[in-house]
Amino acid sequence: MAPPLFVGDVTLPLQFLDRKQSRTQSHAMLFFSYFKDLVGREVTVELKNDLAIRGTLISVDQYLNIKLENTRAVDQDNFPHMLSVRNCFIRGSVVRYVQLPPEGVDVDLLHDATRREARGG
Amino acid sequence: MSCIYDFSILSTTSLSCIRVSEMSAGTLESLVGQTISVITNDGRIIVGVLRGFDQATNIILDESHERVYSTKIGVQQLVLGLYIIRGDNISVVGEVDEELDASLDLEKLKAHPLKPVVH
Repeated sequence: MAPPLFVGDVTLPLQFLDRKQSRTQSHAMLFFSYFKDLVGREVTVELKNDLAIRGTLISVDQYLNIKLENTRAVDQDNFPHMLSVRNCFIRGSVVRYVQLPPEGVDVDLLHDATRREARGG
Repeated sequence: MSCIYDFSILSTTSLSCIRVSEMSAGTLESLVGQTISVITNDGRIIVGVLRGFDQATNIILDESHERVYSTKIGVQQLVLGLYIIRGDNISVVGEVDEELDASLDLEKLKAHPLKPVVH
């Protein structure tokens, strides 16, 4: 198994940002860093085709593409299409929701980061 | 076969390509040569061997076939051969566990086809 990427050490997302970066880019970076912090956790990803996949978050990239391990469809009876898939890559553009474990959300930190973002750094 | 070879030359000589793919954690590198199942945005499921990919998730699939799900009859498999799928149209790329896949009785597996992606 490949070593898990980006585990820990990214708790203050904005300090890495180059101030010259455009607003949209830094927004994307905020959530990118946020998801990197969730690596190793169990998440449920709901896609824009109504398929919901649950699995362990392995990695995320700048497009918010997601890699999951030990995957299963949440509703396997109605969605047996991925029965033989235990490991998958989800394109960021088709993700509707990511359901997070409650303990994986540091609300205060996220508040701070988004407010800082809204102020423009 | 020659077109696969050409593609690999293209992707290794373009340095910017390499840098981007090294940066992105979501690379498909580990799946090259493996059987994968691709769900497209229109709800099709295409299974084949991953031969190549790039940073836009464009994909080269070899020996591919489509699995058509329906509620009336079991899964039908349509042979497609060598396919290139544009990244825009890809929803999910799944690594097929060959053992699990062999244990599935596709002919008896019935399900609604997947809905298309609605952005």
